[in-house]
Amino acid sequence: MESRREFLKAAATGAVLLGSQSKLALAAALDQHAAAGKSKVVVARDAALHSADGKLDEKRAQALLDHAIATYTGHDKPVEAWKQIVPVGKAIGLKVNGLGGKGISTHFALIMAVCERLQQAGVKPGEIVIWDRNARDLEACGLTISTDPSRIRCYGSDVAGFEEQQESWGMARVRFSKILTRDCAMVINLPILKDHSGAGVTFAMKNMYGVINNPGDLHPNNCNPGVADLNCIPVVREKVRFTIGDAMTSVYDGGPGFRPERLWQPNALIVGEDRVAVDQTAWQMIERKRAEMGMPKLEAVGRSPRYIATAADAAHNLGTNDPQRIHLMEV
Amino acid sequence: MRNYSNWKWAVAAMVIVVAVGGTGCKKKASDPFPASDAVAGWQKTSETRSFAANDLWQYIDGDAEQYISAGVVTTSTSDYKYQGQLEATVDVHTMKDAAGAKKILETGVTNDAKKIALGDECIQYAQSVIFRKGNSLVRIVAYESTPETPQALLALARGMEAKL
Repeated sequence: MESRREFLKAAATGAVLLGSQSKLALAAALDQHAAAGKSKVVVARDAALHSADGKLDEKRAQALLDHAIATYTGHDKPVEAWKQIVPVGKAIGLKVNGLGGKGISTHFALIMAVCERLQQAGVKPGEIVIWDRNARDLEACGLTISTDPSRIRCYGSDVAGFEEQQESWGMARVRFSKILTRDCAMVINLPILKDHSGAGVTFAMKNMYGVINNPGDLHPNNCNPGVADLNCIPVVREKVRFTIGDAMTSVYDGGPGFRPERLWQPNALIVGEDRVAVDQTAWQMIERKRAEMGMPKLEAVGRSPRYIATAADAAHNLGTNDPQRIHLMEV
Repeated sequence: MRNYSNWKWAVAAMVIVVAVGGTGCKKKASDPFPASDAVAGWQKTSETRSFAANDLWQYIDGDAEQYISAGVVTTSTSDYKYQGQLEATVDVHTMKDAAGAKKILETGVTNDAKKIALGDECIQYAQSVIFRKGNSLVRIVAYESTPETPQALLALARGMEAKL
């Protein structure tokens, strides 16, 4: 019988192999920017995404997703575009974020839009796992718990449990959710953009705090280097390969909880493979909003998200935070 | 001899007082969460969940740090619904002292905050009410902005303040 250590090793190897395959598919579509040595990040916006009374238009959210993915992959047809992103016949996890409660969680409309396109691209319903820390977080996103293997599954680590084997990188000593290690071959990251009272900004990389048993241990020093170290652990680095960041609604201060007085609707999706470049782009979006509202920069209030630069350094090498090396496409 | 007898009675009386005090006659810490319809129109729609300082990250993630540094002892939370439609979440943070509650309340107050005469200090926004009383800090947040939201939140806040 396979030991837990062997299982984790195999899981990590599988992730590397899958990562290579997936990389090939993505690389084919992305040769242009890859050749230039730049990380592509797409920011897709729709000013009419919310109605005057603040309601999200679900059809426009679907269209916005298609626009973002088409721009990213270079394929106008959504199904063809998605085939570049996901492998067929593998379980795909969608890591959402419902920690902030129902007012500031990954939007249900976005999650459903991704599920629809995944299925059209050939992923079977039972191969899709929507997940987060627990039932409460998922319910905050408007989701209902389901473990029926014939349908899209939706459950938290409170159901699946955590590996007993601890994994480490730098200061991160963590046990992973079995949803990440066992139930998903690839994870699409669906964070929601928020100001964060400790980290400064929470988006792609910080969302991985929701896949471990002890996120509280990684919060000291503005989550630096905690966020970067956690993302360096192979099972995260290799399996979590694509971010579709929800910046349709955000909080520019007072996060990560729901603060309606600091709520803002950027009406955007931020998409990319390079998690560092995605976070760098998201951070600048928050800074611009804070400046517009007459608020100090995060640096000035001791909350600069320094973990982004750490993630880009030679030791971590998770991506780039250099604007010169980010091919930013705003559409 | 007579003095000795008085002394014995005094000790016995003290023992009784201490024993009674330790077995339930002490004033119980009140539950600040109003039951359904205790405040007109408001229904309590979830169980109250409580988190000790060390476990607070389970509820509010990294936001826990600022509460811990301000001396939070426990945080309790429950969901409410007003007239079957307007949803709200109520958080009650019990701090070590009033200074901790004051520190959290005053963190990040913006110019659009409206001061309300409630508890020791209270501010209101379009979709939230935050007040402190003694070592308690209460935050009530609604998920929708309607013309009724401010008054409904304030009514709930007054109901809670009376129980603290």
